[in-house]
This record gives sequence, structure tokens and C-alpha cells, in this order.
Amino acid sequence: MHSNRYTILFALLVCVTCSVVLALTAGGLKPVIQRNEAVDIRRNILRALDIHDGRTRIEMDEMNDLYDRHVREFFVDQQGRIQSDVSTDMPGETPDSDMFPVFARVDNGTVTGYGIPISGAGLWSTLYGYIAIEDDGETVMGITFYSHGETPGLGGEVDARWFTDNFVGKKIFDDDGVLRSITVVKGAIPPDTPETQRRHMVDGISGATMTGNGINVFLERDLQRYEPFLQTVRRGEIPQIPGV
Amino acid sequence: MSLMDRKSKKTVTDPMWDNNPISLQVLGICSALAVTVKLDTAFVMSLAVIAVLTLSNTIVSLLRNFIPSKIRILVMLSVIATLVILADLILKALVYDISKQLSVFVGLIITNCIILGRAEAFAMSNPPGKAFLDGLGNGLGYAWILMAVAFFRELFGFGTLFGLNIVPQILYQWGYENNGIMVLAPGAFLLLGVIIWVQRGISGKVED
Repeated sequence: MHSNRYTILFALLVCVTCSVVLALTAGGLKPVIQRNEAVDIRRNILRALDIHDGRTRIEMDEMNDLYDRHVREFFVDQQGRIQSDVSTDMPGETPDSDMFPVFARVDNGTVTGYGIPISGAGLWSTLYGYIAIEDDGETVMGITFYSHGETPGLGGEVDARWFTDNFVGKKIFDDDGVLRSITVVKGAIPPDTPETQRRHMVDGISGATMTGNGINVFLERDLQRYEPFLQTVRRGEIPQIPGV
Repeated sequence: MSLMDRKSKKTVTDPMWDNNPISLQVLGICSALAVTVKLDTAFVMSLAVIAVLTLSNTIVSLLRNFIPSKIRILVMLSVIATLVILADLILKALVYDISKQLSVFVGLIITNCIILGRAEAFAMSNPPGKAFLDGLGNGLGYAWILMAVAFFRELFGFGTLFGLNIVPQILYQWGYENNGIMVLAPGAFLLLGVIIWVQRGISGKVED
């Protein structure tokens, strides 16, 4: 039988050793992991903008090349005006400031879509992703979620193809130009839903209603922030994007 | 393996078949169901578990004469948790995509009953060499079941193995379809049941 003193000292020693080992490793691997995360974010922007579908693997150089050729980053303010003279550091997530980042897709000098970051609470975790809107300002080009801690197989399905593919072609504005966002319904969209409603809805993930509800809240909130900008795009005014 | 005497060999081979942690002791089922949709995730998960299990067994065994028995479970858990976080960091640095697919399940290796079970049942009362072999054996026993489940799930669920197309395109044209239930957790559950059945049928193990 060990004395209390020994027990406490032993416990302390174990704790200190474990912490030091972990701290050193985490510190040492941080640059590599951060680079991986940055690459993953770029890959998701490319996927949301439908530039590369992410089904086939591409080398990092090729991906950076695609990104540099097809993606232009800029900010819009709350009135939807393009601001070019903001710091070039693009935040990966929705900012709380009044400047909102946009990732425009450019093909041969023409803008064909706009990617915007989305993020918010699901059931267990914060989800991060991108939604891309076509150059008509209302049709969804693609959506991705690149970081979340939802239950694998349930809420974790948000990043699965079958779920994100359902968003493609849906409309975020109704015919009167009112922002309707996209609603993840509980279960499947009821078959008798009229088309005017249907185009603002996607099938939910069974067993993950709470995650879907979370997405509904933050998707609408984030789209709201970009509404002035998207309205100008919707009216057919072609924004002057820096670098295009 | 002439380097090993018969008893050491048995320490490794026993958990692979006669005393398999998954199919006989039915431990570690959670991850066996969750990460076996595809072979590559199952493979990486297996490597992570083998690494954590052999190291935790060895470390616990080295410390076994110093660990105060009152706090032994806490000490084991600290060792295991540290190793699992290390494994998670290394996976994030080396194979980021797969580590994303494994998501929380790498972290959940901490709660994998096999690991704490072997530390308490074996490593606390055996020398480091034997504990290492026991960890390796149990890790491999866990790994082959995972790979077997993943093999069938990926083959029938996606028609691929390690991401390569196996089922010929012509079969799809003739009306063959991938089996949806294999992609979902119940598919793993059914497969695991069949594997346990077959394995016990061969080994002749009967529950009392």
C-alpha cells in the first residue's frame, strides 16, 4: 500500500509528463496541420463553386492553380457594395465585422458564381462551410461543410454527397424577390408540396432533425448578411470585381 | 517466428482467433460499426488502435510496480488518452482527409474497452515484453475483424475496394445495384453478427 503522499506525487508526475508530451507534439505539428486545413478550405471553396467536384483527388499544386485561375476574393459591406481595399487576409469563417468575404468564380474573365462562407451551431458543434450562388443571384450552385463535430452517420451526413447535392438548383429568393433561404425539412419533402415551396426546400437527414434545424437558422442568417449584394446581382447589375 | 517461444506466440495469436476482442469478447463494437464503411478508414483506424494498444500496454506494464493501486485506472486512462491524442495529431498531419472521415472516432479510441481492458487485465500483471505482444495480438485481432467487415461493406455497398472499382460496369448495366444497407450502420451490425457466427462455428465456442 502506497502512502497518500506518494499517490499524489505519482499522479502529479503522470499529469505533468502527459501534458509536456502533448504540448510539444501539438506545437511541433501545428504548422503541418494548419497547412492541411488551409488546403481543405480551398478544396471546399472549389467544390462549392463547382470548379472541382472533389470526387477525384488532385495534387496540391493543381488545386492551387485551379484556385488562382478561377477564384477571386473580395469583400462586400452591409449595403452590398464591393470593398477592395480591405486587408487581403481572407477569414475562413463568417466574420462578425460588417465586411463580408465573397469568393467569386471566374471563367474566362466572366463571373459565373459567388461563394460565401456559412457557419453556425448544429446539435453538438459549430458547422463551417460554403454556399455558392449562381450569377443569377438566386440559384444554388453548391454547398459544402468542411468542419463539424456532428454524430457520424446522423448529423455527420451533412458533408455527404447525397445531402449537399440536393441543394444544387434550389432558389434562395422567391418570385417576389424576398429572401427565402433554403429549409432542411424533417424527413423528406411531402409529395404534395407545390413547386413554389419545393424549390426552397431539401430533404432532411433522418435522425438528425436538430442538425437540420441548426443549418436552417444559420444559413438564413448568413444569407441575410449578403442579401443587399445578392439583390444587386439578381437585378442583373454586374458587379465590378477587383482583379477580373 | 523462431524468435518467440511457444507461450509468447500464443500471447499474440490467441486474441486473433480463440479469444478475439471483437468476436469473442464483443468489445470495441462501436468503432467496428462506425468506421468500416470503407477499407481505407478501417485500415487507418486499425493502425491507430494497434499503435495505441501496444504502446499503452507496454507503458502501463513498465509502470505497473510504481502505480498506486488506488489510482491505477486514472493513470491508465491518462496514458491511453495521451497516446490517443498523439495518434489523432499525427493522423491530422499525415493523412488529413482520412482523419476527417474518422472524425471523433479516433478520439473515441480512449473509450475503446479493449484498450483499458488489456491494460487492467494483462499489462498490470505482466512484464513489458509480454504486454507488448498481448497488445499487438489484440490490436491485430481487432484489425482483421474491422478489415473483414469493411471489405464486405465497401464491396457490396460501393462496388469498390480501397476506392478502386471492382464490380465491372457491365454488371450495373445488367441491373446489378449496390446494396444500400451496407453503407449504413445496420449493415455493419448484420455483417459482424455473421462473422461472429461463422467464427464461433469454426472455433466451437459456446456461451455458458
